[in-house]
Amino acid sequence: MVATLAEKIIARAAGRQSVRPGEIVTAKIDLAMIHDSGGPRRVEPILKDLGVGLFDAGKVVLISDHFVPGDTDEGARILELTRQWAKERKVAFHDGEGICHVVLPEKVHLRPGMFVVGGDSHSPTGGAFGCYMFGVGATEMAGVLATGEIWLKVPGTIRIEWQGRLGLGVTAKDIMLALCGRLGMDGGKYQAVEYAGEAISALSMQERMTLSNMAAELGAQAGLIGPDETTARWLEGVGSDPGDWSGLKSDPEAALLEHHVFDAAALEPQVAAPHSPANAAPVGDAPATPVDVAYIGACTGAKYDDLKRAASILRGRHTAAGTELMVAPSSRRDQDRATDEGIMKIFEDAGARILPNACGICAGYGADRLGENVTCISSTARNFKGRMGAASSNVWLASPYTVAASAVAGRIADPREFLRAGDGA
Amino acid sequence: MSGRIFLFGDDIDTDQLAPGQYMKGGLAELAAHCLEAVRPDFPASVGPGDIVVAGRNFGMGSSREQAAEALKFLGVAAVVARSFAGIFYRNAINLGLPVIVAEGDLGAVRDGVEAVLDLDAGQLQPAGAAPIVLEPLPDNLKALLADGGLVPHLKKRFAAERGQDW
Repeated sequence: MVATLAEKIIARAAGRQSVRPGEIVTAKIDLAMIHDSGGPRRVEPILKDLGVGLFDAGKVVLISDHFVPGDTDEGARILELTRQWAKERKVAFHDGEGICHVVLPEKVHLRPGMFVVGGDSHSPTGGAFGCYMFGVGATEMAGVLATGEIWLKVPGTIRIEWQGRLGLGVTAKDIMLALCGRLGMDGGKYQAVEYAGEAISALSMQERMTLSNMAAELGAQAGLIGPDETTARWLEGVGSDPGDWSGLKSDPEAALLEHHVFDAAALEPQVAAPHSPANAAPVGDAPATPVDVAYIGACTGAKYDDLKRAASILRGRHTAAGTELMVAPSSRRDQDRATDEGIMKIFEDAGARILPNACGICAGYGADRLGENVTCISSTARNFKGRMGAASSNVWLASPYTVAASAVAGRIADPREFLRAGDGA
Repeated sequence: MSGRIFLFGDDIDTDQLAPGQYMKGGLAELAAHCLEAVRPDFPASVGPGDIVVAGRNFGMGSSREQAAEALKFLGVAAVVARSFAGIFYRNAINLGLPVIVAEGDLGAVRDGVEAVLDLDAGQLQPAGAAPIVLEPLPDNLKALLADGGLVPHLKKRFAAERGQDW
């Protein structure tokens, strides 16, 4: 029976030959990921109340990232509770090694075809590896940890195809901001988005992760990319066995809910004005807004590939007077690699302040959150009013290229002004 | 159930429902700021039994379930919207807050009027206006809501399983 990739993974997890969109099924989960914010401190009281333990400690991964580095009393207390819980419950634990969505695949927890839930709204990131992965709240996660299963309404698939190749200075973040602008923040209809086409196949795994991650901003449940040689090579590179992924693709005849086709070559670098990712427009259409803070951080904006792009603009340049550049590499692994290659030195020479491998100010936690009336250009995924700090702060979203260019210019700037041919994606 | 309608537009996000800066202060403090960014009088004027009616994509954004908890804390009996963000929708049901998609046009709904919400009949009846047809809730979600949310639902299930073991 023909099926989309989403339907194939869900059918297997639900113990069925096939499933149809709209059906409600109960699926067994292969893995549950939780973090310090929505994890132990929220789920343990519920597990206690239910009087049950974990369904399978070997299928639970805990990652501390939201309150790292514990620079407030509350953050330190939450981290301590998180560490204690990891010991007591004997789950895999990655402490201060980076942001959960980036660390999970790095640490060999994801294989194509898995059915995974995460206690964070950006959990669709796992879709880049051909996993059906989505985010849930803490109560639902407690239910998952207690039972090992979850209900879902089988989604229809929205295929988003990007034909051709991306131009110089244009990245996965620009694709996503443009999609948020064109389809809207409910364009995904809580269905499965599947990215495809020549431009997608040409992307690195970390760029694909940005696409899957921001399926959340499209309002989709999952954001999938069919595994290919790029996926397999990346997984082998971190010491993982990709398994047999050959059947993990949508059949060409499978019914789609929607099919969108876009021209990658025509896409320009984007910025999304405050306070919604859907306020996206080509950077050239944005007013030359002065920026107080340029932030290169988060799961969608400070992975190795992101750091490398930002550094290609910052090399030999310095941030403008009055503009502060903060860089929070997404994981320790990526920061180590960037250090070895001289990328971190470029940031330091450019005047950047380097923050720990964690969520940083993306979700408004910690000491560096934005103050009153601050204008920030950020490589993060979401710019809702007040999210990164004071309600009076204004956050523009852009690619790491565009954030770096804006840090140098002291205003929102087109990265192509700073890039030479050969520096491109 | 019946109560007053509190009317909102499209794209009500989780930072409006549960503002990040009040997340530390506990549910009572958080609820006191629920939706104030779009309607400052909401936390003080909404009361038990009242119904929130909204446009598209209600609850978009974060997975933080305090967004639904805050509404429940303020006594909101149900949210009726053109569409919901997926995680918020799941969180609300899991916490025992009915969230129902309106199939019918909400254009004639007026803020502040009394309304009767009949989940079994799948209809919202605002005073002095035509009834609005609601999308039927799937059976599994009806069962969850009838038990008061996921935790009591699982307690019941585990108790039954233990019963069978004996």
